[in-house]
Amino acid sequence: MDIAPGALSPLARQQYLWRIRLGLIRRNSAEFLRELRKHPVALLSGVVIVVYILAAIFAEQITVHDPGRGNLRLRLDPPAWQAEGNWEYPLGTDAQGRDLLTRIIFGARVSLAVGLISVGISVVVGLVLGALAGYFRGRLDSLVSRFADLLLAFPFLIFAIGVMAFLGPGFTNLILALTFKGWVEFYRLVRGEMLSEKTQEYVEAARVTGQSHLAIIAQEILPNIINSVFVLATLRIGYMIIMEASLSFLGLGIPPRIPAWGSMVSAGRDYMLVAWWVSTFPGLAIVILVLAINLFGEGLRDILDPRLKIDG
Amino acid sequence: MRAVKILERILATIPIVFGVAIVVFFFIRLTPGDPVDIMMGQGGAISEGEMDRLRQEFHLDEPLHVQLWLFLKDAVRGDLGYSYVLKRPVTLLIAERLPATIELALGGLILSLVVAMPIGIFSAVRQNSSLDRLSMAGAFLGISMPAFWLGIILILLFSVRLKLLPVQGRLSFDANLQEITGFFVLDSLLTGNRVALLSSLKHLVLPSITLGAPVAAVIARVLRSSMLETLRSDYVTLARSKGAPEWSVVLKHALRNALIPTVTVVGLQVGILLGGNMIVETVFSWPGLGSMVVSAIFDRDFPLIQGSVMIYAFTFVMANLIVDVLYTYLNPKISL
Repeated sequence: MDIAPGALSPLARQQYLWRIRLGLIRRNSAEFLRELRKHPVALLSGVVIVVYILAAIFAEQITVHDPGRGNLRLRLDPPAWQAEGNWEYPLGTDAQGRDLLTRIIFGARVSLAVGLISVGISVVVGLVLGALAGYFRGRLDSLVSRFADLLLAFPFLIFAIGVMAFLGPGFTNLILALTFKGWVEFYRLVRGEMLSEKTQEYVEAARVTGQSHLAIIAQEILPNIINSVFVLATLRIGYMIIMEASLSFLGLGIPPRIPAWGSMVSAGRDYMLVAWWVSTFPGLAIVILVLAINLFGEGLRDILDPRLKIDG
Repeated sequence: MRAVKILERILATIPIVFGVAIVVFFFIRLTPGDPVDIMMGQGGAISEGEMDRLRQEFHLDEPLHVQLWLFLKDAVRGDLGYSYVLKRPVTLLIAERLPATIELALGGLILSLVVAMPIGIFSAVRQNSSLDRLSMAGAFLGISMPAFWLGIILILLFSVRLKLLPVQGRLSFDANLQEITGFFVLDSLLTGNRVALLSSLKHLVLPSITLGAPVAAVIARVLRSSMLETLRSDYVTLARSKGAPEWSVVLKHALRNALIPTVTVVGLQVGILLGGNMIVETVFSWPGLGSMVVSAIFDRDFPLIQGSVMIYAFTFVMANLIVDVLYTYLNPKISL
């Protein structure tokens, strides 16, 4: 007995399978959007995230001031709604007379870029290693798993601070420090899922039809676990943004000439007694974005991966 | 049987501890350039012969595996090297700063438990009440807020505006405290110094809140969800049907089992307490390990950074070991 796709030539079979997959993706995304509408908090959070991303991309177009150049005569100007405020600088200015709002908008670039890139690399590394280790076991599995256990012995921030202390500040070093340990979570998730999926009947069936191991991993198993990876990735982006901000706050992240929220909060500390707004607003920008990411991630989890839900 | 399991768990920690030391040893290799150059701050005020002597002294002329071996041998004996800047043994410097850090970490942990436990329990008992919704929203805020910002906001509010609590440090100048253990709260109790006790407690409040907030958020969420589960279980229904009073059903029957997953999470939160420690100590100028490491980073005092990172990691490993052992006592069904 032969099933339909198996009777086709390899190329036609692939085309056939891809048509099914694309159809599924289209149907799933429509369903996802319908589901999202039932989660108003997640939907609102999604909108907030999109606003941040658009602001970061079009920072030059939507701001009128230079983020790097200030007017010393306007230093530490209060926010517009305060007595001496000025609507040209809605959130006030910092100690160098630079517009805070402009710098916050430009700062979104660093936070989003670090969050997305560090999580992106972590996902790829964790996914590949986790899939191979969980599927094939053996030496690779024990080697990588031991290394992962070792990295887990370090609290994340301590590890990142330690690595940055030796590497020195900078964007690439920051990504390196964050991904060096960041992949472990994804590795453990994917490896664990692999171990349990491997014993399922559909994997057995795929093996019987003569599919290669890599094809089974990529085409049969991964589609079943990718949702949980996606949910974890979303939640980790918020975490990485806080990590970056914390490192920049300590002076270990992005060099000071590039506006980053963490270093802006840090710079404001010296003027805390006279200008509360300099530290407050960049920090608020972090809180709103991370809160939105976490709430969106939580909504995603409810929709995509109800098994992981922790609230009853 | 349990003793064997615990022993096995302790033995399994040993390779991790060595692994941590090896990772930390390689940290210095991340820095581009010659370690002796880095040590000397690239000042160039030192002769070539002197450089060679230093290289010998720090065994930098030996092959890497020999250096690693010497590093591990010293570390086992409690010798973590010598601070370039403070010119004293790293172990001694860490030991001096540790009480302040532990006091703060305990403050954060106790505060978070005191806040999170009732919230977690009550939110589960009154699921979907407005208090439940409010506290879970608060918990979300707690995990989304960077510690350095929360600290600054608390200072702005309680120190600058309301002038209720001190901005920084561990003790006010007028409290003449005789140091015995280095734990100021304990020392003031031991010496019966009321002024110092009040002052040290006041200094602890804001840093502890800052450090404990994310921990409290996680604990409240986990406790709530495990309470929800146990409250629906058969033995709780049985206890209720036997006429046990509601408080006893909640606190004795449901809570005991709900604590099992919570304890594991508390263990993992020690990582947040330790990591947040550097940030919180910097914000509040708290004279502990964290603020020392941050200044060591700017002084490029590498042995001090290495030693401290190692101590942080060891503490984390030990905390998780303790939690795992505690776990076997809470839940006899589960082996390590």
